[in-house]
Amino acid sequence: MFRNVAELVEKAEKEQKLISDVMISQEMAWSELSYSEIYERMESQLDVMEQAVKRGIEENVTSVSGLTGGDAKKLHSHIQSGSSLSGGLMLDAVSKAMATNEVNAAMGTICATPTAGSAGVVPGTLFAVKERLEPTREQMVRYLFTSGAFGFVVANNSSISGAAGGCQAEVGSATGMAAAAIVEMAGGTPKQSAEAMAMALKNMLGLVCDPVAGLVEVPCVKRNAMGASNALVAADMALAGIESRIPCDEVIDAMYRIGETMPSALKETAEGGLAATPTGRKLQAEVLKTSSPSP
Amino acid sequence: MKFRSVFDIIGPVMIGPSSSHTAGAARIGRVARHLFQKEPEWAMIHYYGSFAKTHQGHGTDVAIVGGLLGYETYDDRIPSALAVAEEKQVEIKFIEEEAQTDDPNTVKIRLGYGEDEMELVGVSVGGGKVEIKELNGFALRLSGNHPAILVVHNDRYGAIASVSTALANEEINIGHMEVSRKEKGEQALMVIEVDQNVGDDVLEQLQQLDTVEKVTKIHD
Repeated sequence: MFRNVAELVEKAEKEQKLISDVMISQEMAWSELSYSEIYERMESQLDVMEQAVKRGIEENVTSVSGLTGGDAKKLHSHIQSGSSLSGGLMLDAVSKAMATNEVNAAMGTICATPTAGSAGVVPGTLFAVKERLEPTREQMVRYLFTSGAFGFVVANNSSISGAAGGCQAEVGSATGMAAAAIVEMAGGTPKQSAEAMAMALKNMLGLVCDPVAGLVEVPCVKRNAMGASNALVAADMALAGIESRIPCDEVIDAMYRIGETMPSALKETAEGGLAATPTGRKLQAEVLKTSSPSP
Repeated sequence: MKFRSVFDIIGPVMIGPSSSHTAGAARIGRVARHLFQKEPEWAMIHYYGSFAKTHQGHGTDVAIVGGLLGYETYDDRIPSALAVAEEKQVEIKFIEEEAQTDDPNTVKIRLGYGEDEMELVGVSVGGGKVEIKELNGFALRLSGNHPAILVVHNDRYGAIASVSTALANEEINIGHMEVSRKEKGEQALMVIEVDQNVGDDVLEQLQQLDTVEKVTKIHD
């Protein structure tokens, strides 16, 4: 079993395998399930992600509170109008990430990657990069195993819970996972995946979890947008040969320590940050008035 | 290591909006239902930490009650769970507690049916993963991710050996095991996580052992 990113990369290099192969082998070893059982289960997670992205782009989803919904569709139209500034693939990833989180906020069906609040980044980048790299279905399933391998290390050595480590642990982890998986899909090395993860996560360190009214909506949906774009940038940097001065495992450890020292008002309690702004408080009062005990 | 499977990271498939406050809550409710072995007549749900502050907006209420009704994290009946419970005349109460707990997302569930009562403390640790920390006052650690057997037994010599021998005779491997007791020589609890689902005949065998009072199981 790999315990950290260094061991994961070393294993892949030594056995001349992809990160996704190492993850699949490990899953087979501990679960005693066959390759095809594990592969099929992951493929069904992929199907759920695809459905959620499609729904968020095509339908006008609105959350129960009314705070979020419809923005992915807006962005999608903006891309199609041809007048966007930051480019097709980048904005495609962003709109698909937001689509997933809008569906999540509307109590729709999603696949947590690694959590529900950060569920947009991995599928958003995947379905955007797909348009450029034209991967096989198998490569798309592998993308999820590679993301999972890096998320596995973060979850065991740091945290993937906003209540324990802030948003850096959720959208931050998802961003690092996606960056690493993009690199593998684009033909980069296992080490480059680790560099991409390190650079992506470094840029998310310190990010607090301050949801308005405690809902997984504001600012979560838009933070997934930022996570998706950050993941693409970090992946491109790693593919260009740029390395992180601080090794990936030390970045993950820094994230853990920052989470430990973060005040609880900024860890999913809706007591600080954006939740405690005048507008945040006002929205909270409105939401709690209209949505108390549902349905 | 807390997380063992890639599907703890890429998963669960779930009804939104929160893996810890919705999916995790549903899983804790479902484990409670399994352990109670029947639909309760009433349930008291005590929230601590972040659960206490944000349960309403996260759908934690419908998720826990959905779990108590036996729903999975991806069951689209979750949003209407409270209405279903009302229809079935299950009395539900939510209590927001002020007390600090070690884990930010902690819930205590008390269930009742006639004379029968059960109390369980569960924690949602992130990404939809949960741990059961306490059952009827016994400290334990149970993920709910693997089949498990819970054995209430007398705290005396040979009790553990007789249970593990019975399992060995059925060729059932023990993956993880914990024993906890409130006081020396009194009632104790064995939590045994196993690799495969266990048949009722095996539970019946365990139930027949001298030192065993009660056997329950949780399945995948």
